[in-house]
Amino acid sequence: MTQELNYLKESPSQTAGPYVHIGLAPGAAGFDIYRQELGWDIAGPNAKGERIRVEGIVIDGTGSPIKDVLLEAWQANSEGIYAHPEHPGEVEDGFRGWGRVITDFATGEWGFDTVKPGPVMGRNGRMMAPHINLWVVARGINVGLNTRIYFEDEVEANAADPVMNIIEWERRRATLIAKRTERDGQIVYRFDVKMQGEDETVFFDI
Amino acid sequence: MSTKGEFYQRDRLWHPPAYAKDYKTSVTRSPQYALISLQNSASEITGPTFGHRDIDPIDNDLISNYAQAGESPIGERIIVHGRVLDENGRPVPNTLVEIWQANAGGRYRHKKDTYLAPIDPNFGGCGRTLTDENGYYYFRTVKPGAYPWRNWVNDWRPAHIHVSVFGSGFAQRLITQMYFEGDPLVATCPIVNTIPDKAAINQLIAALDRNATIPLDTMAYKFDIVLRGRRSTLFENRLEGN
Repeated sequence: MTQELNYLKESPSQTAGPYVHIGLAPGAAGFDIYRQELGWDIAGPNAKGERIRVEGIVIDGTGSPIKDVLLEAWQANSEGIYAHPEHPGEVEDGFRGWGRVITDFATGEWGFDTVKPGPVMGRNGRMMAPHINLWVVARGINVGLNTRIYFEDEVEANAADPVMNIIEWERRRATLIAKRTERDGQIVYRFDVKMQGEDETVFFDI
Repeated sequence: MSTKGEFYQRDRLWHPPAYAKDYKTSVTRSPQYALISLQNSASEITGPTFGHRDIDPIDNDLISNYAQAGESPIGERIIVHGRVLDENGRPVPNTLVEIWQANAGGRYRHKKDTYLAPIDPNFGGCGRTLTDENGYYYFRTVKPGAYPWRNWVNDWRPAHIHVSVFGSGFAQRLITQMYFEGDPLVATCPIVNTIPDKAAINQLIAALDRNATIPLDTMAYKFDIVLRGRRSTLFENRLEGN
């Protein structure tokens, strides 16, 4: 026998279910209850950097859009600073870096407006390419899925990114790179998430 | 001197697997490739913070936060309370806890829910609060009803409350469900049973807590939530490399 370690165990995850909107986006469920819903303004009015929109769809193993997804984004500002007391540096007043968005009930499309994040210092002094951390929950997803959105126009930074480089299969890295387009004068990045199949998105155990 | 470091590895054998064939919706929504394991960087150790300007005091009272003046929802009045702790047993203070649930008849106020049990005009079904400096939180609500769902043809969800918690870093983000002591539907629920370990399931079953009951008024259930713990960095290279 040995001494007991007595750590607690993390509460096991359960699916967010089909009615996640009631709790986290009640307006989308069809009713108005809170003074303000949380997570609709990621960057705030004072954020420096390039204003962008990120859009996509989440596709299941049959190739169909998933229409009851909730996604949360967590990102640094344009200078690579997270709005968090443990991250050195200051962010602009009103910059939160966090947002949540749901997919359209009819089409499965989602999208949010923000600023493009800057590179963030990673482990051991290795700079990480600009990226948005993404957390995906839905009915049928038992534990929320973590992935990262990288940007197509950051070719050199992406190639040097320490997280990209631990993905052994180079062709899978492409699943993390959002495609840059322009629409009505606005920069739009397209980031589709595939749950299964040949181009299954890389998901991380963080 | 030690400082706060990375989160303990998530025990993937304690959590449900992505693919659980008896929970049919998971079949086409589960990644087939293995997750890529990441050591934490600033992107995972940091996470959103919330304050009292984000929410209102009434938000944790589901008995009154959607009721018309002088009315209240139908159902067993209950308090759900407990602490948010990490795996080291330390309280997680000032963290956002959000809940949502069906009404006492098992019907959700959601435009996609078509179950024949009626909507309760005095019940919205969601609440949110911040833990205090000791990690403590509480809600007042009515006990949700069981309801049928399309999985096997005669599946019924046990009474449950959905719970969303943030913690201090994005790697602690968690959504789970709280069940109720003594509910016979827990044992046969395909969603509950995505969790392989019985002890892990028990961790999601709130106990009737008569000490927290308000006599002649409201029953209480105690539900502690545990988030991933954090390592103290003792001799490691400093994470940021600066």
